Amino acid sequence: MKRHLISAADLSRDDALLVLDTAEELARVSSRSVKKLPTLRGRTVVNLFFEDSTRTRISFEAAAKRLSADVINFSAKGSSVSKGESLKDTALTLEAMGADGVVIRHGASGAPYRLADWVNGNVVNAGDGTHEHPTQALLDAFTMRRHLGDLDGRRITIVGDVLHSRVARSNVLLLSTLGAQVTLVAPPTLLPVSVGTWPCEVSYDLDGTLPKSDAVMMLRVQRERMNAAYFPTVREYSRRYGLSADRYAHLPEHAIVMHPGPMNRGVEIAAEVADSTRSTIVEQVGNGVSVRMAVLYLLLGGSEPAIGAGE
Amino acid sequence: MSAARNQEQPQYKAVLEAPEIRRALTRIAHEILERTKGGSDVVLLGVQTRGVNLARMLCRRLEEVEGLKIPCGSLDVTMYRDDLRMKPARAIGRTELPGDGIDDKVVVLVDDVLFSGRTIRAALDALNDLGRPRAVQLAVLVDRGHRELPIRADYVGKNLPTSLKETVKVLLGDVDGRDAVLLGPKTDPKGDDGK
Repeated sequence: MKRHLISAADLSRDDALLVLDTAEELARVSSRSVKKLPTLRGRTVVNLFFEDSTRTRISFEAAAKRLSADVINFSAKGSSVSKGESLKDTALTLEAMGADGVVIRHGASGAPYRLADWVNGNVVNAGDGTHEHPTQALLDAFTMRRHLGDLDGRRITIVGDVLHSRVARSNVLLLSTLGAQVTLVAPPTLLPVSVGTWPCEVSYDLDGTLPKSDAVMMLRVQRERMNAAYFPTVREYSRRYGLSADRYAHLPEHAIVMHPGPMNRGVEIAAEVADSTRSTIVEQVGNGVSVRMAVLYLLLGGSEPAIGAGE
Repeated sequence: MSAARNQEQPQYKAVLEAPEIRRALTRIAHEILERTKGGSDVVLLGVQTRGVNLARMLCRRLEEVEGLKIPCGSLDVTMYRDDLRMKPARAIGRTELPGDGIDDKVVVLVDDVLFSGRTIRAALDALNDLGRPRAVQLAVLVDRGHRELPIRADYVGKNLPTSLKETVKVLLGDVDGRDAVLLGPKTDPKGDDGK
């Protein structure tokens, strides 16, 4: 039986399209005066955040509340985790409280996967270390679909710190499932060793790739995860891999500019590009709520989940 | 829906054919105009999925009868159903209200088959979140009885006494290639909406 959403690879093409179509209908709820559906009444969703987050946590909370679920927010700061409690013991505590769904963000890759063994509820990965962030990939795909239509055969370029990015991995997996062609552009030091096995192309030449892109996604340079010198200077990185106004002008007319946030203006993306009309950065945040509602509904709404990974 | 396949199965017999459905809808159109004193402020809302097509057919009929352009929309009640937890989560349909909304309007819900009444209860809950109509009425093509809630239709195409061992299928031209109401033996013991 399908239960969890831990990796974007858990979703088949049909699953992914079901989430996106469901999100499309649920987005309409956000424009009503009563922005609430009774669907998850009486179910409890725990937001388990061991790492800092603004967008994702608020977005999951809003999504669960719009579906009438009871939401318990847990952040590692100020909890027994700072007294040394392990992930497993925290999980057992949640289990005792009867959590139907657990949304987890953790600094260690694979934490949601371990958690899924310990709790009966449905686990949703909200970002684990440098591994995956499937709901971000879903909301990115949702945003692209709204602007570009069917993603089959579309060319998506993902630029920047792929090595430390869980967003890049989830996006590559999901977009290739949906039939898009993904190209990663990054300095060789910021690409994972295993990138050859990913279903995508790799390039070191941003200027050559941009004119052929339907969407370009800029990734944040994650300096908090960097323990070595991956590039000589920020200025040099920005010159070679940043989306400047100059480079923006070389994008096709219909192409959109995306960023999962939070962004470093002036490093990977120029401020005027981030604020341009073809930038979907703010829209992505709004779409996040609809997509997460769809995921929660499809996992928790029925007698058994309609999407996700097996036991 | 496997309606097209079931159409071939001999154990299904047609209780209403296209001309009878057309006459029933024409009569309902007249009744709506009569009851609402000319149809001003009326909004038709079709309940997903077959109800939406029926609402559009009814809308065309109202225009033919009185030359009135009645606003017509669709209502998806999936998220309001009381049996959600008995089946895997299902895909949801579109809710589309006409431009002016439903506040202070006379909303006529349109559905194909009235059975337990649970779909209509869900529809009433959904309406509650969408606005405050002046009145809500219900039009159905077939009333097959066996109500489980105190709900009745204002406009009925045909009262069709059935047994719980039977199932009623409504085929409509736009989706199924043919207008008909079929009565046959129940095939899926878990299928509880009787359509």
